Amino acid sequence: MTVKYSSDKTAPLLQVKNLQTGFKIDGEFYNAVEGVSFDVNRKKIVGIVGESGCGKSVMSLSIMQLLPPGIGKIRGGEIEFEGENISKLSDKKMNKLRGKDISMIFQEPMTSLNPVFTIGYQIEEVILNHENITKKEARLRSVSLLKSVGIPRADKIVNEYPHQLSGGMRQRVMIAMAIACQPKLLIADEPTTALDVTVQAQILELLKGIQETNDMSIILITHDLGVVAEICDEVIVMYAGKIAERASVDELFNHPKHPYTDLLMKAIPKMDEDVEKLATIDGLVPSIINMPQVGCRFANRCPKAMPECLTVTPQLGAVARDHETACLLYEESWPEGNKPQNEGATVL
Amino acid sequence: MLKYTFRRLLGMIPMLILISIVVFSLAKLMPGDSLSGEIDPLNTNPQYIAEMREKLGYNDPLPVQYFNWVTDFVQGDFGKSTRFKVPVADVIMEKIPNTLFLGVMALLITYILAFIMGMYSGRKPYTIGDNAIAGINYVMLAIPSFVAAVFAIYFFSFHLNWFPFGGSVDILVEDGTFEYWLSRLHHVLLPAIVLGAMSTASYTQFLRNDIIENSRKDFVRTARAKGTPMKKIYNVHILRNSIIPLVTFLGFDFAALIGGAIITETIFTYPGIGQLFLDSVTNKDYPILMALTMLLSFLTLAGNLIADILYGIVDPRIRLD
Repeated sequence: MTVKYSSDKTAPLLQVKNLQTGFKIDGEFYNAVEGVSFDVNRKKIVGIVGESGCGKSVMSLSIMQLLPPGIGKIRGGEIEFEGENISKLSDKKMNKLRGKDISMIFQEPMTSLNPVFTIGYQIEEVILNHENITKKEARLRSVSLLKSVGIPRADKIVNEYPHQLSGGMRQRVMIAMAIACQPKLLIADEPTTALDVTVQAQILELLKGIQETNDMSIILITHDLGVVAEICDEVIVMYAGKIAERASVDELFNHPKHPYTDLLMKAIPKMDEDVEKLATIDGLVPSIINMPQVGCRFANRCPKAMPECLTVTPQLGAVARDHETACLLYEESWPEGNKPQNEGATVL
Repeated sequence: MLKYTFRRLLGMIPMLILISIVVFSLAKLMPGDSLSGEIDPLNTNPQYIAEMREKLGYNDPLPVQYFNWVTDFVQGDFGKSTRFKVPVADVIMEKIPNTLFLGVMALLITYILAFIMGMYSGRKPYTIGDNAIAGINYVMLAIPSFVAAVFAIYFFSFHLNWFPFGGSVDILVEDGTFEYWLSRLHHVLLPAIVLGAMSTASYTQFLRNDIIENSRKDFVRTARAKGTPMKKIYNVHILRNSIIPLVTFLGFDFAALIGGAIITETIFTYPGIGQLFLDSVTNKDYPILMALTMLLSFLTLAGNLIADILYGIVDPRIRLD
């Protein structure tokens, strides 16, 4: 008899193991996500942060298997959802999962809805995809879903078209669609980036509220550390397709270990300081075509880089309780058998 | 939408007046008149011809002639055919059912073929199948319809004897019986296939490109994230968006439906509006020519209006008011 993790409520809901996702450029595959592993526990919100082009979205699309067909491809590793590897499931089997157990909301609420169908039709579709109920019942459910995401006049809006709603309202509709079948995991790919600040706060509050009532887990992808601090339980900092640091929210904000995380935090503008110029990190994320294969990928932008950073590839190592980082400043990140020769090399 | 339609209909009036002036001038600019074609000047008294010209008003000043024609025209009196000696309206009405039948059949064939090919090409772009469809379509587009018609008659009528050579119905069958309708269908099929199959290119390629474009849109990813199967995404989500630009063609088709296919009808000796038009040109039957040209102009304008109204129906983002 095989032991199914799904019966075990303490086991992680989602386990990503050594995920590698590649993109085809000029007939050759380049990895946009390189050996990423992490767990998402039940009823937790995991934030994934990093600047544009660091592989956050690609990773989330890999979990859903929504990579652009023919161009993006999972090239290695496993994605286990409730103990079952879903990285190699057929499209037909994935369709049973998508929208029901795992659902997703996207960055662009303006274009994510189909312009020629009513809001009601688009919410009903996900319900009818997964549940054996009549259209009438589905319509009633859509109305109550719209109410639950805070849309006024839900019984009217249900018959309206996306262009009649504002961006914030459309994102609420997207959320209503995503939670229609009470999924166990919601992947939110920069859900507030395209919205203005006041609406951002409302949407985050809404997500947090739904997460609590539905006992759902959320992967929140963002480049806004403020958002992370507000609602996440755990944070993963990604850089150039790899995890740079992973920790609980309090731990990360109080004791950032990786220089990249440190610089990200310093780049947050502070209300109580009057500065002429905002702090930035010099340089750009290397493009996936000329990614350094050995050494730390952040080395050329890192103010604390050492000669070893270009030759030794750091690994994620536990530097504190519930805190891992991949930086050669910490002995725990050095690969096995390649430990620093003398302690003095580590200058902090 | 009613208000919009009414406004557009009113807007047609100056357009139609302008068209009527052009149509009338063109008719008058053509050399000769109906008397010079029909009557043998050798056995008819020239004085009689001159009298007839005077009686028919051909000697009046042009503005007077125009005014008389327009006044009668708006009252529904399109004049008398100089060739058939019966009211123009009767002649046209007699031909319209044939033309409409051929037009609808041809359009149906075009739509069905184009939808099948366009949807296949759009789903599988840049494959062998897609390239083959594009190739066939462009070859068909390049072949003139009179060449295709002649070859179709040669192969399918002469050699294979599958279809009749021309006409719209067998002379021997009794009007109104089941055989009668079957015979009409049999007669219309070959010209309809020639007309229909030859004009799939624009529809197919338009549909294909629009499907490809729409399949990259964000809403497709959303639908996939909801667990909607790809087949439904193509047939519902994408197709519904991709038919919007095709509505433009529908407007043109509307006029073509009645206008008939002049060349195809003539080659198949199919008694429709197209053939009537060409015959009227050779016989200098101006009342019919002018009435037909006006009718086609009006239908083109009406077709555009219908297309615009349809836009409002298929695309909720367009509001007509």
